[in-house]
Amino acid sequence: MTLTMRALLGATAVCALASGAMAQTTITVATVNNGDMVRMQGLMDDFNTKHPDIKVEWVTLEENVLRQNVTTDIATGGGQYDVMTIGTYEVPIWGKQGWLVSLNDLPAEYDVDDLLPAIRGGLTVDGNLMAAPFYGESSMVMYRKDLMEAAGMTMPDAPTWADIEKAAAAMTNKDAEQYGVCLRGKAGWGENMAFLTAMSNSFGARWFDENWVPQFDQPEWKATLDFYLNLMTNYGPPGASNNGFNENLTLFNQGKCGMWIDATVAASFVTGKDSTVADKVGFALAPDNGLGKRGNWLWAWSLAIPTSSKNQEAAKTFIDWATNKDYLALVASKEGWANVPPGTRTSLYSNEEYAKVPFAKMTLDSINSADPTAPTVKPVPYVGVQFVAIPEFQGLGTSVGELFSAALAGQSTGDEALAAAQTLVTDEMTSAGYIK
Amino acid sequence: MARAVTPRRKALNTVAAWSVALIIFFPVLWMILTSFKTEPSAVAMPPQLFSADWTLENYSEVWARSDYPRFFWNSVVISVGSTLLGLAIAIPAAWSMAFVPGKRTKDLLMWMLSTKMMPAVAVLIPMYLIFQRTGLFDTKTGLVLALMLMNLPIIVWMLYTYFKEIPGEILEASRMDGASLWKEIVYVLTPMAVPGIASTMLLNVILAWNEAFWTITLTTTKAAPLSAFIASFSSPQGLFYGKLSAASTMAIAPILILGWFSQKQLVRGLTFGAVK
Repeated sequence: MTLTMRALLGATAVCALASGAMAQTTITVATVNNGDMVRMQGLMDDFNTKHPDIKVEWVTLEENVLRQNVTTDIATGGGQYDVMTIGTYEVPIWGKQGWLVSLNDLPAEYDVDDLLPAIRGGLTVDGNLMAAPFYGESSMVMYRKDLMEAAGMTMPDAPTWADIEKAAAAMTNKDAEQYGVCLRGKAGWGENMAFLTAMSNSFGARWFDENWVPQFDQPEWKATLDFYLNLMTNYGPPGASNNGFNENLTLFNQGKCGMWIDATVAASFVTGKDSTVADKVGFALAPDNGLGKRGNWLWAWSLAIPTSSKNQEAAKTFIDWATNKDYLALVASKEGWANVPPGTRTSLYSNEEYAKVPFAKMTLDSINSADPTAPTVKPVPYVGVQFVAIPEFQGLGTSVGELFSAALAGQSTGDEALAAAQTLVTDEMTSAGYIK
Repeated sequence: MARAVTPRRKALNTVAAWSVALIIFFPVLWMILTSFKTEPSAVAMPPQLFSADWTLENYSEVWARSDYPRFFWNSVVISVGSTLLGLAIAIPAAWSMAFVPGKRTKDLLMWMLSTKMMPAVAVLIPMYLIFQRTGLFDTKTGLVLALMLMNLPIIVWMLYTYFKEIPGEILEASRMDGASLWKEIVYVLTPMAVPGIASTMLLNVILAWNEAFWTITLTTTKAAPLSAFIASFSSPQGLFYGKLSAASTMAIAPILILGWFSQKQLVRGLTFGAVK
């Protein structure tokens, strides 16, 4: 072998070794555009330093588009995404289908037992953790302390619906564009139906009985919808049937709502720099009716790995980084404790610094008071607090939401909306084979 | 007898035309204005026009958070590529339909148009699987093909309409002078139909640029165009109208500028044959 040949072979070997050392696994993460996710993308230097062998590419989409794209991909086994941002609605359904990779083998330092039990329960299927929570939320009452004080009232930490009605009446001054209560009215399974389904739990209502027979013809649903329509008609803002989270957030931040019952994550917005009432906001648990269930929901945006991913180990490494305790500390050190993704870990709530955040305790109490495995007063055959974890619910929830939204807009009565909902859901459930 | 255009009538027509134009353009104007407002100003009720807090922050944030040049380049390649490919197929097709029609030509044209009436989502799963299995998913080639097929009926129809206006005798004369089919189409037909082809091209570039369903569904990171760029700024929780408006303005600006400079050609082509 000539010297030149040896040199060439040697150089080739060095190149091969170097390229092996430099080889990067690229993972694609599909996510939604919300503050916590955007913040994580800004902190990727930490991940890149710790894991130079993994390159992360982001696909950020609007929530409904994301849901459609990841559902299509996972149902067809496409494998385009290595990490998906999904909610507590998808996890039980996809987990049962065998579409998600179990996360039971995350390293011991991950401390899976530190996850809040309610959140962990919602992400566990047949004893397997199928997704890791990135942030969790429930719903609670956000109210104007100054308006309550002016009305000579005090908001209890755990109000009843009667308390809410009384407070709404006291704080309403429509001439001054001051509305006692702002609630979701926009149609959609994740919009008005998230609120109304959670609210109905506290009135003793349920979507289905143990045999999957729809229950909209029962007095509990009538009580729920009548109360909601009455509350919103008398004390809500005009055009409430078009209001979702963002519309109500805008109204509340402009000082036009006495109360707003919505996601706990809203607390950081209403006390943030864009709020004109930031220093006047109090928090309370979602209301109840003394039946043992509160009208709050439970949701967690979570990171999961589809079984079709070809880079499952790298994906798991990323999920570990994004949802472990060190990540929370990283956010706190860079952006402050108020910006740490809430609602996932017990240790966060025992942290003295985090305890100073005004809405921390109420968020934890709200999450702890929701139980996705026993969401209603009467027994049900499904899991999910503000949704029913069956594939048909997206369509059903939105259709029923349209009926209830129309009733709020005055296009039909509550009784007509409930009768139509009963017929619609019965037909769909019969077609789908739930009702024999 | 033509009516005399009095100064009063002219002024009224001008006011009416500007009013209609302003109404049509108002949403775009509102979006552009919103892109320069702070988030609280963007959602303020009643809407703020002159009392808003003006800022360039939305643009700097959108620019910092996204790789705009990559999305832009993908949009250019996909829209221009699909249009050129579509024209290459549609010119011969429209020629044959206009000058040597068969018994079923009209039916064929109607069938082609009817494919546009089908909701895109109806073929979502088959398209997704085909793109997956042929390696076309998240590639510019795949989107060029998809958008070309999607817009082909419109291209064929528009060209067919223009070609029908060209006297067949001119093509016959070229044939008698010994021109081959290729030369007839390239050297005789195409130069005469330039306004029509140009307006078809412009319209299809605009259609492809604005397409959002397939371009978002069939891409992830590599081939995603500006439609995906816009979609990434819509948020389920929190105020986002300012940033979304800035992203939308950045996405439509190139096509708006193209439309502005080519409006004469576009209008000439679209009204071609409208007046006999």
